[in-house]
Formats: sequence, structure tokens, C-alpha cells
Amino acid sequence: MNTIKQIIAVTLLNLRNLPKRLGSSVVAVVGVGAVVLVFAAVLSMAAGLEKTMMATGSDDTAVIMRSGSTSELNSGLSNEQTLIVANAPGVLKDGDSPIISAELYVITDVKKRSSGTDANVPFRGVQQGAFAVRDNVKISEGRMFEPGKNEIVVGRAAQSEFVGLNVGETIRFGQTEWAIVGSFDAGGSVSESELWTDIRVLQSAYRRGNSFQSIRVKLESPESIETLRETLDADPRIDPDVMSERDYYSSQSQGLVQFIKLIGYPLTILMAVGAIFGALNSMYSSVSVRGKEIATLRALGFGPTAVLFSTVIESVLLALSGGVLGGLIAFAVFNGFQVSTLNGASFSQVVFNFAVTPELLIQGLKAALIIGVVGGLFPAVRAARLPVAQALREL
Amino acid sequence: MKYFGFIWKNVWRKKIRTSLTILSVFIAFLLFALLSAIGYAFKSGADVADAERLIVIDKITLINPLPMAYKNRIAATEGVHSVTHSSWFGGYYQDPRVQFPQFPTEPYEYFSMYPELKMPQEQLDGWARNRQGAVIGRELAEQYSLKVGDRIPIQATIWTKADGGRTWEFDIEGIFETEDPRGSTAFLLFQYDYFEEARAFGKGSVGWYILRVSPDADPIQVGNAIDLQFANSPNETETSTEAAFSQSFAKQFGNIALIVTLILGAVFFTLLLVSGNTMSQSVRERISELAVLKTLGFSDRLVLGTVLSESILIMLVGGLLGLGVGWLLVQGAAQAMGAFLPGMFLSSQAILTAIAVMIGAGIVAGIFPALQAMRLSIIDALARA
Amino acid sequence: MSETLATLTGVSKTYQKGKEKVEVLHNLDLEIARGDFIAIMGPSGSGKTTLLNLLGGLDKPTSGTVDVGGAEISSMSNSQLSRWRSTNIGFIFQFYNLLPVLTAQKNVELPLLLTNFSGSERAHRAGIALGIVGLEGRTDHYPRELSGGQEQRVAIARAIVSDPSLLLCDEPTGDLDRETASEILKLLQILNREHGKTIMMVTHDAQAAEYANHILICDKGTLERQEAA
Repeated sequence: MNTIKQIIAVTLLNLRNLPKRLGSSVVAVVGVGAVVLVFAAVLSMAAGLEKTMMATGSDDTAVIMRSGSTSELNSGLSNEQTLIVANAPGVLKDGDSPIISAELYVITDVKKRSSGTDANVPFRGVQQGAFAVRDNVKISEGRMFEPGKNEIVVGRAAQSEFVGLNVGETIRFGQTEWAIVGSFDAGGSVSESELWTDIRVLQSAYRRGNSFQSIRVKLESPESIETLRETLDADPRIDPDVMSERDYYSSQSQGLVQFIKLIGYPLTILMAVGAIFGALNSMYSSVSVRGKEIATLRALGFGPTAVLFSTVIESVLLALSGGVLGGLIAFAVFNGFQVSTLNGASFSQVVFNFAVTPELLIQGLKAALIIGVVGGLFPAVRAARLPVAQALREL
Repeated sequence: MKYFGFIWKNVWRKKIRTSLTILSVFIAFLLFALLSAIGYAFKSGADVADAERLIVIDKITLINPLPMAYKNRIAATEGVHSVTHSSWFGGYYQDPRVQFPQFPTEPYEYFSMYPELKMPQEQLDGWARNRQGAVIGRELAEQYSLKVGDRIPIQATIWTKADGGRTWEFDIEGIFETEDPRGSTAFLLFQYDYFEEARAFGKGSVGWYILRVSPDADPIQVGNAIDLQFANSPNETETSTEAAFSQSFAKQFGNIALIVTLILGAVFFTLLLVSGNTMSQSVRERISELAVLKTLGFSDRLVLGTVLSESILIMLVGGLLGLGVGWLLVQGAAQAMGAFLPGMFLSSQAILTAIAVMIGAGIVAGIFPALQAMRLSIIDALARA
Repeated sequence: MSETLATLTGVSKTYQKGKEKVEVLHNLDLEIARGDFIAIMGPSGSGKTTLLNLLGGLDKPTSGTVDVGGAEISSMSNSQLSRWRSTNIGFIFQFYNLLPVLTAQKNVELPLLLTNFSGSERAHRAGIALGIVGLEGRTDHYPRELSGGQEQRVAIARAIVSDPSLLLCDEPTGDLDRETASEILKLLQILNREHGKTIMMVTHDAQAAEYANHILICDKGTLERQEAA
């Protein structure tokens, strides 16, 4: 019988009497399952955050801030500067009017539903072009706010994450009352974590004079950002950073995403090492229990290669089952789960969903595979190398 | 304890199996140490906070500044022992992505307000004399290899200078440490006077006030009294204890404690399976030996006790090793990530909890095999042998 | 005439085997004199091991009483029996039943862990017991490093280390070759004649039985007495 057939035969034999070694096998499966579960769960936070940030960024919208600002909150632009940008080449026009929204946001305190405690929620003042400069934003309930009035529209994610943001309610910030007249859908992007109102009303309520933090414009084409940048850089009246919206949000999320990955990957590696110990334990136990059986097979003429490979295969199959199990549980429990957290860069809450992506699941399975191979290798070598006579006594 | 040798020998019946089990325990408690240190960092402000210090911020939003004029009125409020102020500068040094905080404030007042911060008097005086001086914490000094006498340029992102520039240069006049091992020293302090003089806008305002309550006054009452003073004014205030203030930030990150607990839950569930399996195998393969012990006169309960002790011992050996290495790693990580995530610390409460878990897990993992050992019938066991 | 060490009065033992009741011992009376060496023989299933178990307090009779050394062990609780066993009985088994994780020395010391003796006292007494069985040399070896005969000697040393009055042996030479078996049996004789140990030995080997003073035949739950040759 050639080697491949031997391997298959022995492997099938192993698997058939797996029920006798149920305890150890379950331990191996659960151990690997836990690793993949935790891995997928923790990193799906990073994946979800990236997804939200990506959804927010488009290539044909540019975000202009004062040069050197690491985020909108740190930036400051004058009214004059917004006009300069509005008239710059590369900006898409709707008829004669440039599609532009000069904006400003402040941090407000709203209670989180999950914890009942206050959280920093971004309250953004926008111009009429706010919907046009962004892709995928539309009113989903109620109506848009009227300019000049203390009216707010709330992002849908903010509405579900925080208390008291339903259409028709009023909310009080400081000494001012605001009426919530509508909610908007923004394709799952960061904007949905925000509250929007007319910029002039916001500037007045928070005594910001006529200042802005950022300007968003729709570009004629993704390439025209270059023209825009060159023109603005050359203009001495303005000292801007010009980025595509996609690049801007990507940079905003980097800190938090990297942080999660910085914790998540080492955590997974440690757990995987633990799972390897668990798998080794199970496989040594398995080999020892099958001692007589292995010796008998060897005496019958099965080669050591067959014994070795079949042991490794058994370990890999157990590990992969654990990996699949862990991945499925992670997906079922965590995928789509909504949370919000403080984004250091924007100093305010960003609402996102856990995203258990196919890439994560595949990475998880790869980890399971490695654990299975390493966990099975040493016991397999031991099983294969045992002299037949010695193997007839228990290991 | 005369049984210890006997128990120890039984623990090592199968060397590889026991070693691997201990290694699994080791990993579990290593993770416990690291995760609890991270969890601690997220709420560290709350524990280090002084119960007698209050923070006064703008009621509408933290980022609104408060008028300088409030200082005297706060100081005059009954129950207030002393007051100083601070502001968020928000600049960066070298890398815009890795920022540590800089606070403009009053030198002597600040160090009085935070007596846990220690710096040689000459350095404090030196700073007070130098308008463009700054002092940094030991963690920063080590991370960036800075010393007294160095000049440090900070790039402002918010506060442009009146002359249009954005680079603020400071002379390092001192390096401070903190008495509290849980506190962070990864920040920079400079003079408010310089801040006022050189900044382009926002003059006459501060970020927030910090005050110390008189020993016999009630912090809550004092806080209310302050807020009452400024109610209905253009800048209403909100005063809270330092602890509450820090906690409100920690809460914003989400329920970190819950996440840590869930992860550790998965880890320990697996660990219990591994150890439980090891213990049950260990008992199953020596049923006849256990029966012999009983023939020698070992009582049922003694047999239960020795088996359970084996389980607990495995947990203690692996667990203490894991905690030990974890403690070392936390020290290292706290250094390396000081600016990033300040306050990583393995608290004594965490250590005690870990030991309790070791014992508890040892019991849970070993109880069924131990009961099995206790209950076995001598005759049946010997007849089977 | 030596005094009586143990008395069985009207002892019956019935086991439940599935739906059937099997009576192993039937209304048995037996007196064992102190210092006697009795071999018990009989076909398998005749109840000889049960008899040993009852004398050692490992089992309780379905009816009747068992009295050993003045203590009515058939009415003692489990924990009382454990304590009683540790000082009154020594067991010797066919397959030695030494703990593989302990050295010979430590195996012999094992029963002494139940006493209040200090570590050095325990080591000393174990040393004496090992001397009696003729095994001073290999006390640091593990059971797997000893021959069958040596293992049984260790087991005997363990059985006598707490100086019990009664030794119960279940086929002690069943796993040994003829020569080693005879050495072990001679050792048992020495323990009986020179150290005054009362010995009950279950065996199926007639030649082994000759080393005893009396032979009892156990058949269908009853006893017959035979003198030793």
C-alpha cells in the first residue's frame, strides 16, 4: 500500500475512535475556538472602525483645514478664506454656485444609552451644501433644519447610540434649546455619529464670531484636487492643508485602529501559544491512548510516515473545527453589533459596528491551522519513532 | 504539610502533561496581568485622583474656555482652600501622531495643588524665573532622552502665536516625578504668563480651574456653591471631583472593563477545560492507587483533599509564574507606551484577585475528579486492577 | 493457648449482581487466634477474598458481626474504619500495588503520614521495616526499577511499618516465580514466628498454603478447617 493510502487509512482509523478520546479532543477544539473567537471579536472592532471611516471618505470631496491642524477641532479658518476656496479652480459647480460647505463643530454632552453616562458628541454647524458635498447623505426621517433656527438633524447612528435624540424632541445644551426636526442617513459613515445645524446659528450660540474649522468642496474630478491644492498653496491669504475626504478620515481613524491592533494582535498571539500548549497536551494524550493501536499498525507493516502524518492531520482537523466554531460564534454574536467610543483625534464619539469580515475569519483559520500543525507535530514524531516493542507498553 | 511531598510527586506523574498544563495556566495568568493593567490604565485617573480636588469646566462643553476673572471669585467661595488653573495646549513634539499633553499653568500653584509631584526646589524656582521655561515628567525625559537645559520646540495645532508662527520653544528647567506608582508623568508644564503673552487669540481665558477644598468642607457642597455663582452667566460652570471627571472620560471609551472581563472569561473557560481534563485523566489512570491509599487508612476526605490540592498546586505554580512575568512585562509596557496609554499598572487588588482565581480555578478543575476519588469503592477498584 | 484476635459471628454477605442476588458467605463463624498463620483456599467465587475484605474492614457483612482486636468493625463508620485500619491492618496484594511515583523508601513511609511522627521518625521506622524484609540497598529506587520479588518485599515492609497486629494477604505469590515465591513465603513465616504477626493468606497454590499453620477451605460460602502439613 503506498504512503498516501496508508496515511488516509490510518487517519480514518484515528478519527473513527476519536469518541474514545473525547475529553482531550474537546479541549483542543475549544482551546483553538477561544483563540479565534477572541481574535475575531477584538479585531472586528478595528475592522468596523475602518469600514465606517472608509465609508465616510470619498475621492471627489476635498477637506480643507488650516495647515498643521491634526484635526478639525484644532483648525481655524476665516470667512474670507472660505470665499477664496469657493472661487478656486477644481471646485465643482452646480450651475453658477460652487458646491461647498464651510463647517465648525463643538463637543456636546449627551448620555450614552449603554452606560447612562455622558459622552462627547460632535455638534456640527454646516452650510446649505452639506448634503451635496458628501456622498450618500439623505434625510431619513422628518425634515432638514431651517436656516437661522435652533433646529437640529441627527445622524441615525447617533440617534440609536445616545439618549434623547428622537425626532420631535428638544434638547438643551447650556442655555439654548434645540428642536430635533429630522434624522439623516449617511451610508454608515462617521457623519452618522453627529448632530448638524445651520452654521450661523451654531457660531452665534457658541460665540464663534464668523470663524470656521473646515471647508468641504466637491471636486470636478478626483484629479482636480491637485489644481485646487496648488492654487490655494500659492495664495498668501490662506495657509491650507488640502486632503481628499477619504485621506482625512483615514488619518483620523489611524490612532484608534492602530491602538486596537496593537492590543489585539499580541493578545491573540499569547492566546494562540496557550492553545498550542493545549493542543500538544491533547495530542500527546491521544498518542499515548492509541499506543497499542499504533504498535499493532506498525507491526502490520504501516510505515512511520503514515503514523506521523495521520497524527498531524488529526490535530489539524481538530484545530480547524475549533477555528470554524470560534469564527461562527464570533460572527453570530458580534457582527453588526453597534458600539461607540471616544476617538482621540476628534475628541468625540464615533459610532461604528463590529465587522467580522471574511479576511478576519480567514486569518483566524490560518492561526488555527498553525496551532494544529505545531500542536500535532511533536506528539506525531514521538508516535512514529517509538520502537514497536516499547509502544506495546503504554507511553 | 507533611503531605506536600506526596502531593508534589503525584502532580508530576506524567511530566509532559503536567508541564503543558502548567504552561497553559502560565499563559492564562500572564494575560490576566496584562489585560488588568490595560483596564487599569483606562480608569487610572479615577484612582489617583485626590478626593479633595475639584475640577471646574464650562458647563456647555469642556472645550469652551473660562474667563480668567473667575479665579478670584472661585477663591473667595466658602470652603475653597486654594485654586489654580490649567489649559489644553494640544501641540506635538516631533511626531504629530504621538502626542503628549502640554499644560500652561502657574508654577508654584500647580505644584502645591499636586503635592504628589516631586521636583527639586531649585528646579521649580528656576522654572518660575524663566518665562519661557517648562518642566517635564520623568517618563517623557526618558522616552525622548531630554534633560534640564535642553530646548524643546512644540508645534501648536490650535494656538498660533501672535507673530503668526506655530513653533513654541521652551527651556527645560526641571524634571518631575510622581510619588504614586500608578500616576503618569508623561506631560509637560509651562508658564501661563508666556502662553497669555504669545498666543494670537483667546487671551484672558483658561481651560479649566483646579481647586482644593478645605479639610472640613464638603466637596459636593463647595462644587454646587461655585456653579451657583456662575449660573445664568455667559459662561456657566460645572464642578466635579477630579475622580468623577476622570471617570467620565474613561466611560467614554466604552465599557473596557466588560471587554476585558469577556476576553478573560474565554481564556479561563478554556483553562478550566484543559486543567479539568488533565485532572480527570490523572485520577482515571490511578484508581487502583487511590484504592490502595484507602486500604492503608487514608480517609475518603483525605483522598479528596490530596487530589484537590494537586489541582490547586498546578494553578498556583503556573499562575504565580504568569503573574510574575506579567508584572515584569507591565513595567516594560508602561515605559514603552507611557505617552500612548498612561497609567498601565498591576494593582495589588488585581494580584489578590488573581490568587483567588488560582485557588478557585484549582478547585473547579479538580472537584469532579476529586469527588470521584473520594467516592470510589475500594473493593471494586481493586477487583478491576 | 493464645488469645483470640478476631471473631466472625453469623456472617453472611450477599451481593446484588444486576437483578440477581448472589450469596457469597453463608452464616459463617470463625475464630482467629493471635499469632496464627492461616491460609485460605477454595475455588474462585467461593468468597475467600470477601472474607479478607471483611476482616480488613473494606466491606461490611450483610448480617452478622466482625470483631477484630476487640473492636466491632462491622458497625464502624467509614472514617472510623479508616483510622482503625491504619494502625491495625496491613494489606499485601498479588500485584504489589506500590505507588509508581514514589521511591521504595517513600512507599514504605506512606502509612506513617497518617501518624504524628516527624519526618525523621518516619524515615527511621521505614528503614527498620525495610531491614526486616531484607531490602536495605535499593530503597531509593522506583517500583519500575525493582524486580517482582523486590516489589513485594517493599509492599510487605509497607504493610508492617505501622506495626499492625493482622496481615491480610491476597495471593501474595500469585505473580512470582517459584523461587522468589518461596523467599516471600519464608519472610511471611518469619514475620509470624519471630514478630508475632497474625497472618491470613488467600492462595490457590497448595504449596504456598503449606507455609501456613492452618488451612481453611472456603467453598460455597462456608469454611472447613484443615491442618497444615
